[in-house]
Amino acid sequence: MDRHRILIVEDSPTMRQLLVFALKRLKNADIVEAQDGMDGLRKVTSDHYDLALVDINMPVMDGLKLISLIRGEDNLKGMRICVITTEGAQEDRERALALGADEYLTKPIQANKVLAMAKSLLKIE
Amino acid sequence: MSHDDPELQRKAEEFLALFRKGADFTKELLRENERLRRQLVTVEDRQNSAAQSDVEWAKLRSELLGRIQSLEEEKQDVLERLRAVEEENRQFASRYLEVEEENNNLANLYISSFQLHSTLNLSEVLKIVVEIVINLIGAERFAIYIADERTRVLQPVACEGDSLSSFPSASIGAGIIGEAVQSGEIWCTDPGEAGDPERPIVCIPLRLEDRPIGAIAIYALLQQKEGFTPLDHELFTLLGGHSATAVFAAQLYGLSERKLNTIQGFIDLLTK
Repeated sequence: MDRHRILIVEDSPTMRQLLVFALKRLKNADIVEAQDGMDGLRKVTSDHYDLALVDINMPVMDGLKLISLIRGEDNLKGMRICVITTEGAQEDRERALALGADEYLTKPIQANKVLAMAKSLLKIE
Repeated sequence: MSHDDPELQRKAEEFLALFRKGADFTKELLRENERLRRQLVTVEDRQNSAAQSDVEWAKLRSELLGRIQSLEEEKQDVLERLRAVEEENRQFASRYLEVEEENNNLANLYISSFQLHSTLNLSEVLKIVVEIVINLIGAERFAIYIADERTRVLQPVACEGDSLSSFPSASIGAGIIGEAVQSGEIWCTDPGEAGDPERPIVCIPLRLEDRPIGAIAIYALLQQKEGFTPLDHELFTLLGGHSATAVFAAQLYGLSERKLNTIQGFIDLLTK
């Protein structure tokens, strides 16, 4: 069975650790961390990922910019993207989805919701 | 292709083995057919003799009724066991969800305390507290206060959602923040009462035994956060204890570093 590669793009080490904890329950998943949008962009362009969890408010390059750059690349179109953010307003959600995000979760997160989202986007039973 | 071709011979043997298996199976079927035919004849004989004799008929009927009764009882027993197993399954599923939630909560608490004690740099500690309050509690506007033991004044040193100057300083023992720090009790009110920028909805005192270290005052929650969960209250307690220790350790470490540098400078001055 192919392994799923997941990238977490989040500037907060606490959040990264929480997301890794939640996603570690997926059996065939390799989880990689990026500490800001630029680091995330470097990683998605140099390696294959099936899913990226992206925060919006980050230093160097924010999550929305990262999503628009990913969606502009033909070879990254198959990658699923989930935004995980403190921004709970409807217009923020719509903006992220319009840019090409597949899912939108607001903080504070719950591990079981993150896991369910990842399973759904990766089509894992 | 020759007659001695080993491949052909192997295939022929395989075919023969298959054929033999088919023959055995057919024989077995014929035997079973014979057995069933005999059984049918016996049953038919018994029914014929029962049809001719009232006594035999009554005996057969009573036997059949007994068998039906016993099967009914067996069915009820199986149904009851099925219901019990289903109930047990429901209980297991519900317990599994509870354990999973507890596991997630414990992970949140573990990660928070792990991060809080991962550094001895005061600004890093404060950054981690800010991260925890935003990401795990879901606060939008809050400030972290540090106490000056000499003046007994609590000064905001880190914040989110506003500028530092917009958070008023407080005195230990006065106001919501000051009283919480004095008593060591967490102040918590209904998040629906948020709105007054000077009245926190939550105040977590940071104390190390009897020593006041500071406080975390939350004034507003993120719009998607509807209220506090049991985990939030656990986090308030954890933050109260572990942030105080982390802040105090970082302050002591900073102080000892400064003193060490001063002494080193003094020694260098004397020895050069």
